[in-house]
Amino acid sequence: MPNLRQQRTRNFCIIAHIDHGKSTLADRLLELTGALSEREMEDQVLDTMELERERGITIKAQAVRLTYKYKDGEEYTLNLIDTPGHVDFTYEVSKSLAACEGALLVVDASQGIQAQTLANLYLALEHNLEIIPVINKIDLPGAQPDWVKKQIEDVIGLDTENAPLISAKNATGIDAVLDKIIEMIPPPVGDDEAPLRALIFDSFYDNYRGVIAYIRVKEGTIRPGDRIMIMSNGKEFEVSDVGVFRPFLSPVEELRAGDVGYIAAGIKNVRDTRVGDTITHADRPAPEPLPGYKKLQPMVYCGIYPAEGAKYEDLRDALEKLQLNDASLVFEPETSVALGFGFRCGFLGLLHMEIIQERLEREFDLDLVTTAPSVIYRVLKTDGEMVEVSNPTNLPPPVEIDHIEEPRVSVQIFSPDTYVGPIMELCQERRGEYKQMEYIEGNRVLITYEMPLNEIIYDFFDALKSRTRGYASFDYEYIGYKEADLVKLDILLSGDVVDALSTIVHRDKAYAKGRAIAQKLKEVIPRQLFEVPIQAAIGNKIIARETVKALRKDVLAKCYGGDITRKKKLLERQKEGKRRMRQIGSVEVPQEAFMAVLKIN
Amino acid sequence: MRNIGLYLHFPFCLRKCYYCDFLSYQGMKEWIEPYINALCTELREWKQHLSDCRVQTIYLGGGTPTIISAEKLAYVLDVCTSSFHVQENAEITIEGNPGTIRREQLSLLKRAGVNRLSIGLQAWQAKHLETLGRIHGSEDFVNSVDMARNAGFDNINVDVMFGLPDQTLDEWMETLNRVCMLGIEHVSMYSLKVEEGTMLHTWFSQGKICLPTHEEDRNMYYSGRDFLCQHGLEQYEISNFALPGRESSHNLIYWNNEEYIGCGNGAHSHFNNERFSNLSHIKDYIDAVITGTSRIEYRERISEADQRFETIMLNLRMVKGISKKSFAQRFGKDIHYYYGDVIRKLVDKKLLVEDEEYIRLTLRGMDVQNSVLLEFMD
Repeated sequence: MPNLRQQRTRNFCIIAHIDHGKSTLADRLLELTGALSEREMEDQVLDTMELERERGITIKAQAVRLTYKYKDGEEYTLNLIDTPGHVDFTYEVSKSLAACEGALLVVDASQGIQAQTLANLYLALEHNLEIIPVINKIDLPGAQPDWVKKQIEDVIGLDTENAPLISAKNATGIDAVLDKIIEMIPPPVGDDEAPLRALIFDSFYDNYRGVIAYIRVKEGTIRPGDRIMIMSNGKEFEVSDVGVFRPFLSPVEELRAGDVGYIAAGIKNVRDTRVGDTITHADRPAPEPLPGYKKLQPMVYCGIYPAEGAKYEDLRDALEKLQLNDASLVFEPETSVALGFGFRCGFLGLLHMEIIQERLEREFDLDLVTTAPSVIYRVLKTDGEMVEVSNPTNLPPPVEIDHIEEPRVSVQIFSPDTYVGPIMELCQERRGEYKQMEYIEGNRVLITYEMPLNEIIYDFFDALKSRTRGYASFDYEYIGYKEADLVKLDILLSGDVVDALSTIVHRDKAYAKGRAIAQKLKEVIPRQLFEVPIQAAIGNKIIARETVKALRKDVLAKCYGGDITRKKKLLERQKEGKRRMRQIGSVEVPQEAFMAVLKIN
Repeated sequence: MRNIGLYLHFPFCLRKCYYCDFLSYQGMKEWIEPYINALCTELREWKQHLSDCRVQTIYLGGGTPTIISAEKLAYVLDVCTSSFHVQENAEITIEGNPGTIRREQLSLLKRAGVNRLSIGLQAWQAKHLETLGRIHGSEDFVNSVDMARNAGFDNINVDVMFGLPDQTLDEWMETLNRVCMLGIEHVSMYSLKVEEGTMLHTWFSQGKICLPTHEEDRNMYYSGRDFLCQHGLEQYEISNFALPGRESSHNLIYWNNEEYIGCGNGAHSHFNNERFSNLSHIKDYIDAVITGTSRIEYRERISEADQRFETIMLNLRMVKGISKKSFAQRFGKDIHYYYGDVIRKLVDKKLLVEDEEYIRLTLRGMDVQNSVLLEFMD
């Protein structure tokens, strides 16, 4: 039975599709409960990263404590836990959900439920959360609240009769949402006196205090000075402070079962406090950790190299700093003949990869060369050994390979039925295997394909958007490995294999891809003093060939009436351009050549 | 005595050519008088600094110096000779464009000591002259040469360009043939470079004109080089050809990385291991000279390493190349001490050749001089 404090506490999160108004609603909740003075009020407080704002997505979970006086005259503590809104971060979402007892399902009154919302919603249902549907954007001219309500009932079977109809933008209906939270979401339970079990659902690194871990106390009580232990690795720390989010970190004396808050314990490494882990007391440990901790497996890998070799250490520092706040990012040093020293980085998915690349470039001002993203292939060798390959260069020689398996995903695409043709065409091109199609409601369909992950890791989403005028959305889920006829496609410049340009492709696509890459390289590699043959090869077999002709003319006609400085500056600019190129054997290759290869279909 | 060259800038033209990004103004005739006064003031100011120098060459460049009256030009030369030690028989060149060159003017200039005339022809065919924004026809050019000969000029340079929009090899060869038929002593043949900020650049970016490929450009260069050589004009620099003994002494000062003083707006100097230039804008320049404030726009001290590089950069313009002896004398050590590896590499690549006395570009090296120089920049 919940105690009195617990009875006055609600822990909830918001599930919504990008753009359906999650952040705006969160802002309104903060405003209405007075969590922030107007002066402190900044649009969309919860999405703090610049990148998050720009993309309109939440990458990291955030939390905030609200105080609301319900009509029974009592003050309630409402902990809002924001969840990442993208499939790449499913695991983090599931941990955020595990910290709550209920969720607001926010749906745009003009668009209805989208694929990614569904995925998170199912997760929430798996966690036995109480779901409150909230229909947002009812102020829009295209709003069809009744249609959306019916859709929610049809698709998920939720009762929507009392669903609040709101406009977060205009701040209408927000009271009703707060009331529903108190009425419908069950209070947390758990014994304050039991051995401590607190779930880490997020963390970030603070330069002064070390790791700040976001926790939900399930059982027991935690106070400053307590000696704690991380249950997955047995590491012990002393708690320096505990606190809550108002929304800024604000210390409290203790956090008890049912509370959401943070702790700092002089932890220097985010990897010691991974999301999903359980904190207990060192001197009175809980017998079992909370369920569900798993080590995240990166799905997509790519090589990241500094454009200037000298920036290698800077890149390492930057990756380490990002990793402090993002334990799911993995990297290890890697050396490429073409690109020098860099890192092979693993990501949860494509968006994660793009975000990390962008943050490296923006926040750390690094110029990067990125190799084509790759999945992890399982190579079964003739001697019975199995090796996992995430860098095409490391593929064993063909004679040692019995067969190769690639990871596959189940892809779910939501779209108006007008675009079924183009979508199927796209999926077939990407080696998709049609599974099923169903009408969700009206003219919206859900198409399911099984596809190699490799086929969707670069530009599938862009292709899908362009073929459906932006109407389709998609989601994917890992399903397992399957054998495929895969080959390593090498690119040779002046007869030498350029390791950073090697890719693993399906045999049927190798010829077209080889030709396209060779042609693209011909465009981007400038003429050099000598002719540069470009070849695409599978093993020893050349499948495409192009030539960059030798530079014919690189000389100034005149010397500008004694203006030697001008000529020298021209040469210096030319030299600077050359410095930015990669020397591969005798060939100078511009950075964009490596990118160009990514953009080939 | 130190030897120096003297460059005098005259930034006036009847019309700005469409390819021109030099400092020159069209339709600013009322500025000529104050400008010449400022120029003469600057020359007089140099007097005390150049007392130990011998002026070997004077070059009146532009712009189009020949649109200025011969009296004014003679006056400027007079200021030079009265301020500096001008060597007897110094090479004194004036640039001029057909259509602005007049008979009486030439005679007066000749009497004032000018002994070399550089005429900008650029192309023979009317359509190319039009594309380039030239104000003259080929008959004006022939007349100019005729008048110059009559006035006693026996050292004439003609500037011609190849790689023009839609220019054919035959047209290019016709231009050279016409020049050679007139028995010209010196030819500068330049590959057209479309500079930013020019009309041609605008048209080029709009796709209105089409330039030859590098292959076509080189074909014209090779054919032109062969043709001029057949007519006794020997190549002594990447773009310059002369009868033996008629090489441009003034330009050789640049290519030998020697010292020169440039006077006038935007003019560049190389003196006492410094490179500097005057204010570019004509009004700023005149004001600075009148008020006695600094007229320097840019000044750079050249480190010894930079001097070495500049020497190589400039020497390699010349067919004979870098004199190993001069280099060693100037910098104290053999050139291989500084650039041994680069030279070996470039010789291996057949871009440079080396003999007892000189290191020079091969014919192939001349096509890609910039690439060669980049190797010396590490």
